[in-house]
Amino acid sequence: MTVPVLSGSVVADLVLPDDETVVRRRYRATFLVLALVLAIAPFVAYPVFLMQVLCFALFGLSFNMLLGYGGLLSFGHAAFFGLASYVGAYAAKYGGLAPELAIVLGALSSAILGSIFGAIAIRRQGIYFAMITLALAQLLYFVSVQTPELTGGENGIQGVPRGKLFGLLDLADDRMLYAVVAGIFLAGLLFVYRIVRSPFGQICKAIRDNEPRAISLGYRTRHYKVLLFTLSAALAGLAGATKAIVFQLASLTDVHWSTSGEVVLITLVGGLGTMLGPIVGALVIVSMQNYLANFGAWTTVVQGAIFIVCVSLLRGGIVGLVQKWTGRAL
Amino acid sequence: MTDPDDLILVTRGLTKEFGGLAAVSDVDLRIRRGSIHAMIGPNGAGKTTCFNLLTKFLPPSRGSIVFDGKDITHDRPDEIARRGLVRSFQISAVFPELSALTNVRIALQRKRGGSFDFWRSEEQLRPLNEAALQLLEAVGLAHVATVAAGELAYGQKRALELATTLALDPKMLLLDEPMAGIGREDFRRIEALIRTAAANRTVLMVEHNLSIVASLSDRITVLARGRVLADGDYGTVAKDPAVIEAYIGSGRHG
Repeated sequence: MTVPVLSGSVVADLVLPDDETVVRRRYRATFLVLALVLAIAPFVAYPVFLMQVLCFALFGLSFNMLLGYGGLLSFGHAAFFGLASYVGAYAAKYGGLAPELAIVLGALSSAILGSIFGAIAIRRQGIYFAMITLALAQLLYFVSVQTPELTGGENGIQGVPRGKLFGLLDLADDRMLYAVVAGIFLAGLLFVYRIVRSPFGQICKAIRDNEPRAISLGYRTRHYKVLLFTLSAALAGLAGATKAIVFQLASLTDVHWSTSGEVVLITLVGGLGTMLGPIVGALVIVSMQNYLANFGAWTTVVQGAIFIVCVSLLRGGIVGLVQKWTGRAL
Repeated sequence: MTDPDDLILVTRGLTKEFGGLAAVSDVDLRIRRGSIHAMIGPNGAGKTTCFNLLTKFLPPSRGSIVFDGKDITHDRPDEIARRGLVRSFQISAVFPELSALTNVRIALQRKRGGSFDFWRSEEQLRPLNEAALQLLEAVGLAHVATVAAGELAYGQKRALELATTLALDPKMLLLDEPMAGIGREDFRRIEALIRTAAANRTVLMVEHNLSIVASLSDRITVLARGRVLADGDYGTVAKDPAVIEAYIGSGRHG
C-alpha cells in the first residue's frame, strides 16, 4: 500500500465495526430460540397450518434476500415458487421420485429458470426490472394454463404422494412431515444468513447502495445481480416444491401473480432487510387467510388495510419495530 | 520528474453527440504519467461528459482512448477500473448503509478475489481490516470506522471516497470536482490529500476552484462548448485571450 500511515497506534485499540463475533453470537442465540420455538410449536398449533407458514416464510426469505440485500424488486417470484411446485409434484406423482429428490429437482428447475429470467430482467433497473419479472412470470402462467397435460390445468396436480423420506420416514404422518419441513426451513434460513454475510453478500450490499460506484471500483455488477437472483429463485423453488409435497397439490394459484403479490406483502409486513421479518410476515398473513376465511372477500380488504398501515407507519415492518425497541439486529 | 513523452492517457478525436448535439467534440487529450492535470471550463463545457467517456460510463460517438499503451475505447467500465483508471463522482459516492471500514474493504476485496463466494463466511475478509483501517487513518477517518457512511459529514464522505479509491492503488485517478461542497475548514486537508494521493500516480481532475487548480496542477486543459480551447501550464492558459473570453462570456471570472 502506498498511502502513508500517520501513526500506527489507533489500529490496535479500535473496536472493529461489523465486529462479527458479537453480531454472530447474537444471531446464533436468535436462531437457537427460533429452533426451540419450532420444536414446541406442533404441540400448540396444527402442524399443517405451521407447515404452510414455514413454506411461505421460506418463500419470503428468498424474496427478502433479493430486495433487502440486493435492492432488486421482483414482481414475478411466483414463477419460481410455482415452477418448482409443478416440477416437484410431477416428479413425485408420475416420476415416482422420493420426496427429497422431488424437492431438490423442483428447486434446481427454479434456479435454472431464475438464471434465465434474471439475465433478461437485470438489463433494466428499478420499476422496469420489476415489470419485466412480472411479464416473464405471466408468460409462465400462460404456459401453465396452456399445457394441461403437464400441469393438470384448472385442476392442478392433485394427490401428490408424500412418500417416504430417504425411503425410511413415512411423511404421511403430519408430525413427521412437520419435522422435515422445519428442518428444510432452518437450512434455508441459515443459507440466506450465510449468503448475506459472505464476501459475495458484501458486494451485493454495495451494489444495492450505489451501483455506479461498485462498477467504478471494477466490479462487473451484472454478474453479481444474476447470481443473487438465481440463488433467490432456487430458495423460492425450495419453498414451492416443499409446499407441493405438504399439500399434495400443485395448482395454477402457485404461478399466479397474486402469489407474487403475497410474498411482497409477507416481506414488507414482517420487515424488509431483516432476518426474521419474512417469518413474522408469513405468520401474520397465513393466519389471517386461515382465520378470516369465513369473511370471504373481506380477507383481501383486511390484508390491504394491514399492508397500508405497515408501509405508512412501520417502515421496517413488525420486526423493524422490534429492532428499534430492543436495539439489536434480528 | 515527468517525462513529457511518457503519456499515460491519450485521446484522439473524442466525440460524444446526444441526438446530433455535440457535448464533446474532437477532444485530444495528452496526459503525462505522474502529473496532476486539471480540466477547467465554464458550466456545460463537457467536462463531466469527458469523464464519463474516459471511464466508458458513456460510449463515445467517435474517437479513441489509449490508456497506458492499450486501446480501451471498447472496454466496459468495470474493465477500465481493473486496468487502473479509477474515477470519483461529483456527488460523493459512498455505500451509505455500510460502515466506513466496510466501504474501503469493498475496494480491497476486489484484488483479493473470491467475491462470488456466497458460501463462505465474511470472516474471511477479516485480514483486510487492518489495511482498510490504515487507509482510513491516512485520510483522518479512523475514529469513525464503525459509523455508517451515510451518517458521515460531507467532507468526511469525500475523504472516505478518496480512501476507497486509493485502496485500489490505481495508476490514474479521475477526480470530478473534489472540492465541491467542501467547507473552508476542510479545504487544505483535502488539498493535501490529493497531493499525497498523486505522489506516485497520475491525477486528472475537474475543478471550478481556480486557486486550487493553480496550486495543484502541472498542466491545464480548458474546455468550452465541448472543445479544447487551450492547453498548457497555468501561466500560459490564464493569459490566453480565448480562455479569458470564454470565462467572461459565461459570466465567470475565476
